Amino acid sequence: MNFKLKDIVPQLITVLAVVLVFGFFTYNAQINMENRGIDFGYGFLSQESSFDVQFSLIEYDGSHSYFRAYLVGLLNTILVSVIGIIIATILGVIVGIARLSPNYLINKFAAFYVEFFRNIPLLLQIFFWYFAALRALPLPQDAEAMFGVFFLTIKGLYVPAFIWQNFNIFFYSIIAAIIAIIVIRAHAKKVQENQGKQIPVFLISLGLIFILPFLSFLIGGVRLSFEVPVLKQLATTSFIYEGGVSLPPELIALTLSLSLYTATFIAECVRAGIQGVGKGQKEAAASIGLTPNQVLKLVIMPQALRIIIPPTTNQYLNLTKNSSLAAAIAYPDLVLVFAGTALMQTGKAIEIVSITMFTYLTLSISISILMNWYNKKIAIQEK
Amino acid sequence: MSNINFLKPDRTNLNTFLYLGSFLFFISILDVFLNSFFRLNLTGFLPNFLSFLLPLIFGFIGLYFIRIEYSGIKNLDLLNKHINTNNFNAVLSLLIIFIIIKSLPPILSWFVIDASFAGDTKDVCTGSGACWTYIKVWMRRFMYGMYPNAEQWRINLSFVALVLLGSVGYFATDKFKKYLTLYYVVIYPLIAFLFIFFFISGGPVFFDFSYGIIAAILSIIIGFLIPSKFKFYYFLIVPLALYVILKYFLFFEEYIELGKLDGLNWVETGAWGGLSLTFIISFFCLIFCFPIGMAFALGRRSEFPLIRYISVGFIEFWRGVPLITVLFMSAVMFPMFLPEDFFIDKLVRAIIAISLFEAAYVAEVIRGGLQALPRGQYEAAKSLGMGYWKMHIFVILPQALKLVIPGIANTFLALVKDTPLIFVVGLLEIVGMLNLAKTNPKWLGFAMEGYVFAAIIFWIICYAMSKYSYNLEQKYKTDR
Repeated sequence: MNFKLKDIVPQLITVLAVVLVFGFFTYNAQINMENRGIDFGYGFLSQESSFDVQFSLIEYDGSHSYFRAYLVGLLNTILVSVIGIIIATILGVIVGIARLSPNYLINKFAAFYVEFFRNIPLLLQIFFWYFAALRALPLPQDAEAMFGVFFLTIKGLYVPAFIWQNFNIFFYSIIAAIIAIIVIRAHAKKVQENQGKQIPVFLISLGLIFILPFLSFLIGGVRLSFEVPVLKQLATTSFIYEGGVSLPPELIALTLSLSLYTATFIAECVRAGIQGVGKGQKEAAASIGLTPNQVLKLVIMPQALRIIIPPTTNQYLNLTKNSSLAAAIAYPDLVLVFAGTALMQTGKAIEIVSITMFTYLTLSISISILMNWYNKKIAIQEK
Repeated sequence: MSNINFLKPDRTNLNTFLYLGSFLFFISILDVFLNSFFRLNLTGFLPNFLSFLLPLIFGFIGLYFIRIEYSGIKNLDLLNKHINTNNFNAVLSLLIIFIIIKSLPPILSWFVIDASFAGDTKDVCTGSGACWTYIKVWMRRFMYGMYPNAEQWRINLSFVALVLLGSVGYFATDKFKKYLTLYYVVIYPLIAFLFIFFFISGGPVFFDFSYGIIAAILSIIIGFLIPSKFKFYYFLIVPLALYVILKYFLFFEEYIELGKLDGLNWVETGAWGGLSLTFIISFFCLIFCFPIGMAFALGRRSEFPLIRYISVGFIEFWRGVPLITVLFMSAVMFPMFLPEDFFIDKLVRAIIAISLFEAAYVAEVIRGGLQALPRGQYEAAKSLGMGYWKMHIFVILPQALKLVIPGIANTFLALVKDTPLIFVVGLLEIVGMLNLAKTNPKWLGFAMEGYVFAAIIFWIICYAMSKYSYNLEQKYKTDR
């Protein structure tokens, strides 16, 4: 053992400082809680919450526990993040490609979109959509139907509900189709490597994914009907829609602003990725006789994705974290339900804030682990 | 096949196609234009559906006709190259032109033509356009929050003074250039702090915390004079000692109202607000988060494992949680961690929270720059006999920071855009003031104007910042 004092001292001092700071905080917290008569513990999670939540994916009312309230908030956060990520990705990819278009108008239009939405604080955008834009929508009784079934009103968007019979058979048919596609892809790859023959995998997959569920309708007894929302009068001036699924305006404002805002960043990632692939790569691929589609699929995209994915992952993480701004417009997400209402009722500041932070930490770390794994998988295998 | 050939534009029938195509294109634009600006429908006699699509069809055929390669006419070739390369692009171009023409009149009329500017009551806003009177009446609140009207010159004066002092760098002669870093890193923040402390607040705002800042800044200034061999130990001991001396020996309890200036009324931080608060918070967070972030970036690349783990833990923790929960923590959880008689103003708490949060992002950006430097730079510096601090200050950091200017600018932009979140701790900057104003019973129903106003202000600030960072990046770009 060859300890050098110079190596040990700085580390020891740093650790000591950290321990001292934490110790100071814990000591104070203990004294403060003793003085105020609060006891530390997570037992409150199983107590009856006795508050209601406006919008919930799982069954919930005041008689459920605080833990259930936590789940409601978490699910709402995940819902908004997933919808936001899907829309932002689609929009971002389109805008990113549009920014590289040789067409001057499209190019400038995309640039305008990016510069416009990127430079305005997200919170302001959420407020704008929620308090200004969506408030200008018609009342339920005045709303006009879009395509006869959607109703966009000041109280939210009403869409028809799907009512399934024998849903599990339909579900299994889709699973079967996916498994079949994976097998066929593997087989096609083998055939191409051994014999050089190409099997039209894409067409077969497309056929499978339509035909198998279709068969389930014909043979499996799956039935699908729509429940269209119907206007109902409560009082002389008060109307609501009954039936169907109602999406609250908070959810619409939040997903709209989150995806419009994040799409600008994703667009920049996509643009940087495609520009990052050298011009020589395209020319080399074209010169060995690949068709433009093949060039894009086999040469450009695999290389561009490598540049695009890490920053895009960051944007997904940002979107998930930004969804906590929901609290500002009273969309019942994790922060509002748990760190807001539940905290007010129980006064367990340390426990609740730490659980909330830990949840977000887990969400972000799991997304980044997943993406790191994917990133490693597609990275260049240097020999 | 002959009639297809006839329909395919080429140079032989150049003029015919050119006139025909331009005419059709012009007609389609004219139709949309009249429709949009004068509510005149040229094609009203046709069925609804056809009348709606006709401009698109005409424009498409027109663009198809004028798509002649190497026509020899310069403008036509430019047009073809930029908006009319193929059918798909032509349709997209037409759609964008139509959208612009269609959306101009409503936007113009809302912003200018139908808008009301005069007067100072709600009654003048009867038109269908924006009510800029509302902004005019509430302007002071949006700019200064609840800061008393009679005292607002203090904020103006401080900001003008700080801008002037901040622009010193442009006028410095070569002789003083070498002191600029010291000036911007230490002296200027100190002056800014004193301005806010004495002038804008004018009262006992910061209490205990102020001693800490003064101690830290004094120790940094003295630190420049200490031989680098002892620097590490010096920075561990002296700030703490200074703090204790300042607090318990120099300024006794009766001097605790350090910030009191004769003749100035104390304005508590709860009354600060509006755009000026956005600037104050952004400014201080920017100043604090940069050195903290730099320290953690160096810590993450340190050769001592314990320091590395602590840095990684710090960075990943702050990057993993949303800012709103951090502010929640500073509002409800942080007071529990402090001794009972220890009071920290909520503005200061918000600034600490945002600084720590953004510091983690700055740390990651700087780490990127450090990693991008070739090993040779480190080895060359070491072989010249430089120690850790000398190597980093004179060789590594100047190069690494140059590399990450865009990343740091993005982080600062994010910081400015995050300031509205301080509504969580009960401070109202411009967006918060808007939400307050819009619930005033005398001025209901002008949410749109307020948000558009704030959006324009933020857009200008952020766009200017991003352009400035681009210029900096170009200026410091060195070929390696």
